[in-house]
Amino acid sequence: MVATLRPKPGSARSYRFPKFHGETLSGGMRLLVAPVEKLPIVTVLVVVDTGSTNEPAGKEGVAKLTARALLEGSRNYDGATLAEKFEQLGTSLESGADWDSTFIKITVLSERLPAALALLGEVLTTPVFPEREVERLKAERLSEILQTETEPRALADERFESFLYAEESRYSKPDGGTAGSVTGLKRTDVERFYRSRFVSGATTVILAGDIDARRARTLVEAALKGLINAITPAQPLMVAPRSGARNVHIVSKTGAPQSELRVGHIGLPRKHPDFFSTMVMNAVLGGLFGSRINLNLREARGYTYGASSYYDWRRGPGPFAVATAVASDVTALALREIFLEIDRIRREEISAEELSLATDYLEGVFPIRYETTSAVATALANLVIHDLPRDYYDSYRGNIRGVTAGAVHEAAQKHLHPGELQTVVVGDPDIVRAPLADLGAGAVHIHSA
Amino acid sequence: MAMRIPIETFHLDNGLFVTLSEDHTAPIVAVNLWYHVGSANERPGRTGFAHLFEHMLFQGSAHVGSNEHFELIQRAGGTLNGSTWLERTNYFETVPSNELALALWLEADRMGELLPAMTQEKLDTQRDVVKNERRWSVDNQPYGTMLEKLQELTFPDWHPFQHSLIGSMEDLSAASLDDVRQFFETYYTPDNAVLSIAGDFDSAHTRALVQEYFGPIPRGKGKPPLPSMTLPPVFGKRLREVVPDNVNLARLFLAFRAPVFGAEEHYASSVCAALLGMRKGSRLHKSLVRERQVAADASAFTFGLAKGTDLFVVDVTARAETATVQLEEEVEREIDLLLTHGVTPEEVNRALAMIETDLVSSLQSAGERADGLSMFATYFREPELINEQAGRYRAVTAQKVNDFIAERMVEENRASLLYVPKERVEAEETLAVAAGVS
Repeated sequence: MVATLRPKPGSARSYRFPKFHGETLSGGMRLLVAPVEKLPIVTVLVVVDTGSTNEPAGKEGVAKLTARALLEGSRNYDGATLAEKFEQLGTSLESGADWDSTFIKITVLSERLPAALALLGEVLTTPVFPEREVERLKAERLSEILQTETEPRALADERFESFLYAEESRYSKPDGGTAGSVTGLKRTDVERFYRSRFVSGATTVILAGDIDARRARTLVEAALKGLINAITPAQPLMVAPRSGARNVHIVSKTGAPQSELRVGHIGLPRKHPDFFSTMVMNAVLGGLFGSRINLNLREARGYTYGASSYYDWRRGPGPFAVATAVASDVTALALREIFLEIDRIRREEISAEELSLATDYLEGVFPIRYETTSAVATALANLVIHDLPRDYYDSYRGNIRGVTAGAVHEAAQKHLHPGELQTVVVGDPDIVRAPLADLGAGAVHIHSA
Repeated sequence: MAMRIPIETFHLDNGLFVTLSEDHTAPIVAVNLWYHVGSANERPGRTGFAHLFEHMLFQGSAHVGSNEHFELIQRAGGTLNGSTWLERTNYFETVPSNELALALWLEADRMGELLPAMTQEKLDTQRDVVKNERRWSVDNQPYGTMLEKLQELTFPDWHPFQHSLIGSMEDLSAASLDDVRQFFETYYTPDNAVLSIAGDFDSAHTRALVQEYFGPIPRGKGKPPLPSMTLPPVFGKRLREVVPDNVNLARLFLAFRAPVFGAEEHYASSVCAALLGMRKGSRLHKSLVRERQVAADASAFTFGLAKGTDLFVVDVTARAETATVQLEEEVEREIDLLLTHGVTPEEVNRALAMIETDLVSSLQSAGERADGLSMFATYFREPELINEQAGRYRAVTAQKVNDFIAERMVEENRASLLYVPKERVEAEETLAVAAGVS
């Protein structure tokens, strides 16, 4: 029969995050290059320091629309031709924007990098934003908003954030904008956003893979020399809670076979000094398969296919949330367990076994996260977006190892706020309303989807 | 560009097929096991059992506690999971290379001695978990029933691919511990499995570990053969089903029988899917999303089924203002255009260039390399095929794609699965008739 003794680990081979080269090019544009010798492939990731939080009031959605509209026409080519040209090179340009930044990205075989990068430069420096295509992209975003109304997970996420943040905060509205704001956007809004934000001083170009710094510099300088030479000022972000009390919001889905749940409050900004202890605390609470919340709701009770908790790390304080979907008839029972777990991790120190499960995992999984050129480029982008130290990835595992059970306890007490929890239930009000009223998790409000 | 990964293979006496592929660029290693059993092997009245069984494999074995498999791998700094498909079930972990022995030992313990750890309570809990998975991914998701409805529509009743992978609530309720024992003894045997290891390991040492842990597991007694799964190349008539659903946008899945994965003609089918629906330069995107603006999104793909027949699927989501009937007409017109005029060499080149980049990209991750090796070893006993894919694709010409289109995209090989917003069904009379609600 099978050997009964568990094997012990062998001696670990050392690993370090790929060494990368950084420099500032003319106009203040930053270049980061991480040579990774493995396969003949390169990822190019351009990060522009502008996102949804930089949108003028009333123009919500213009950052994502601009990112997408970049691909719809340049000085020399229309959108269809651009797509065709990239794809003949075996790549396609992805672009998007989140709260803090805009990205443009390709992964391409290294022999085709010069042609692909030249084309990317054309897209980024000479977009023409044709009216017809801008209107089409708006209509596609409106279709997406309609889809969200019928998709319980996306709907729960979106409504949760609207109940978390004060209405004046940009975080209270979807990063892609609302039906109202998107409908009002004009081609000129896109053009203006681009002209004021897509400038050399706000741009970082990252290359990872089969490339060296000298060649990268030559190609990037040639491709992006047309960027507007300027810097953009930092912009303050308004963040405040919508309510100081606990509330339960039911978003009605009559006949829903499950309740989609979000429970949480405003979290922390990414550059918080307690980042590491809070991340480890969250791993124990709900961040891992073996976390308290998942083992309780899934493995002990079979209420759900999965339950987790997360901090959405942004420059500003993004949400902290517990997320799960449970059978409708156990909605209140599941919520009670979630509240109990939040109370428990604040009340008493976690055990040494729980601490080591989280820290051993986070430390050990580190090299597995950077297997691809795309993952390495994204990691470098996070340094830029969150202004992290250059040696962040070299000191990461030491920082994780340094987190103690005491520090986790302190993070739970300081950064989890049971009195401020907002609960969102996307589900059948006929089934969940009465048990939720008895739960004592705050006033119950019913909303339409 | 000829990308090749190194491959070694060997068999244990009990029939376990092992493939190894070394790569020392990072200190990580992937372990991947494919069992040649999927929902196709389920007996009547037990739909969903292969997948429920996959959940039971994480509930412990003779020397591993419940959920300890997950804990030990995560503690070691590894990632892991399993997945079930129509014709196979896989289990995989990627770990720091000094933890290879742990991953192999855990897989061997559950392949050799799962049953002592099985209890009614664990089965009942995982049954509830899976029922919630069904609610989450199928019943409470827009278009969530797509896979099971497409299987029902496109395969004859007797065919092993005809029934639901996630299973019906009723069949999940009926599953017993005795089913667990029988399924384990029949299908979870070394001679019905492939073990692949990719990444940073020493070949001689690893061979010894595999022999030590898996060698003592006895060979199985054989599994009941699947019925002949071969079907004619076309359905023989138009198939159509209208599904009123809780959605705001209509969505059409137009399916065709297609050559099985691995056949030479499959590569033409796959290139045709890329040319038709892969990314923004594809025909469907250019025509329906960009030019005519009737669709919010459009794509095409093949399932990659290796037995009997594959399915080729065109997937188009309408814009809100597009009438449902128009959506169907517009998509059919694109297919008719393909039939009448065929494709150009430039379109084939675009598709091939993108597929080539994807093939190279997929070799970056140890887990994907190991999974690819297991797949080719399981379906064709030939893991070396992983290195032949780029060449097989390059051999596809416009003529071959046109031959595929002429044979498979004809009227009598089209099955429409059309999702419509519930409130629209009553409004459009022809749909109401098709959906049987008038």
